[in-house]
Amino acid sequence: MGTPLNVLEHVMVPEHHIMSEEEIKQLFSTYKITTEQLPKMYHDDPTAKMIKAKSGDIIRIIRISQTAGRAESYRHVIKRSKK
Amino acid sequence: MEAAMEEQINAATLPEKTKEQMRKYLSGKSVTQEDFEQILTAVLREYRNTRVEACEAVGVVAAQSIGEPGTQMTMRTFHYAGVAEINVTLGLPRLIEIMDARKEPSTPTMTIYLQPEWARDRDKAREVSWQIEAAPLHEFGDITIDMEKMQVAVQLNVAVCEKRKIPPVAIMDLAPRKIRERRHFRDFDSDFDEEKAFILFIPKNRESYQNLFQLAEHVRNVIVQGIDDIERVVVRKEGEEYILYTEGSNLKDAFEVQGVDTSRTRSNNISEIAEVLGIEAARNAIIQEALSTLGEQGILVDVRHIMLVADMMCMDGEVKQIGRHGIAGEKESVLSRAAFEVTVNHLLDAAVANEVDELNGVTENIIVGQPIQLGTGDVKLIAKPIM
Repeated sequence: MGTPLNVLEHVMVPEHHIMSEEEIKQLFSTYKITTEQLPKMYHDDPTAKMIKAKSGDIIRIIRISQTAGRAESYRHVIKRSKK
Repeated sequence: MEAAMEEQINAATLPEKTKEQMRKYLSGKSVTQEDFEQILTAVLREYRNTRVEACEAVGVVAAQSIGEPGTQMTMRTFHYAGVAEINVTLGLPRLIEIMDARKEPSTPTMTIYLQPEWARDRDKAREVSWQIEAAPLHEFGDITIDMEKMQVAVQLNVAVCEKRKIPPVAIMDLAPRKIRERRHFRDFDSDFDEEKAFILFIPKNRESYQNLFQLAEHVRNVIVQGIDDIERVVVRKEGEEYILYTEGSNLKDAFEVQGVDTSRTRSNNISEIAEVLGIEAARNAIIQEALSTLGEQGILVDVRHIMLVADMMCMDGEVKQIGRHGIAGEKESVLSRAAFEVTVNHLLDAAVANEVDELNGVTENIIVGQPIQLGTGDVKLIAKPIM
């Protein structure tokens, strides 16, 4: 067996953090947005599983951007719709 | 530069990269506080000027910026991308593949990086490659069809097994099981002699020659070592370390192999990346793949446009294609969807479902001849009554 896979350590995976209630409030008021306007992420996404995010959580993603150097993005965790 | 200035840079509302450039430029230089303030204001002003204006149609700009150079691309480029005769689809076909979010690219490949202990030594790297490359049974010994006794006999070559680091017992156990499970052929019994490294396959129907030959074919081609989807592995030295390039892709299984660096190994199959590493990794993969495909052809497109496309594709938690089965097909407005592709179907379905078009978007407002909500058209005057 190789090293146990930790997807968060892969170079292509940026940092993921679950946001606290306060941070979410702050985020929504600075950008004047609602949860529905955020990009989404499925609850069974490998990264979501790794940081133990539940559906309804909001994840802060710290990307290494080619233009800005460091860029923050947010995703709302949702349940994958069954087909 | 003084500490106070450093703090001022940190506090400024500038992108990290710009701050970094400022620090680098100013470090070791003696600037007065007055000069520094001037520099900072100038940088801030410049930054504000280069930002995208509110209500700017960035999507249209991105579409044109990718579309125009795209017309310059060679229609059919199948060439060996320099990497030890592994064929990779490049150019326009590849770009279309990325944008269409195909489940499987036409030439899936992986770039497997190795952990330090394996990466330095060619023999060690080769060892890892054997665990990955799919090897059929006939590579491990002689297969004979015994017509008289109606059976297939395999004499394993112990030397080959040793060289490939797989015990003969493992093959003896694996081969019959894999024929049943992977190749779905079950009409046979098997027996093996551990000491002589000998396996015997006996078909259940001992009357038919056709059956015997069919069995022999399965025995010959059953994969007993490596990952089934990976047809070929090429070991190459790049700089100080050995890297494996594969034909065929299976990230999940490759990560399980001992010696594989699970933090750098990548695939060109974007939907596979989304599945194994998550949606953010898929976004990065789209950006990198699209950029390198374009760059390979000598076409320089700003990353911002590609980032926008990648963001759109990954917005809903899974990789969606640009086009009628993805982004364009899921637009709110009926008229906007009808304007894109399969017009009649959309109008018909909308009529049946009694859909209402709110006329919020750009396309639908152009169709009905109203001002669009872009640029100055998006600004509304709001009066604040004095209480």
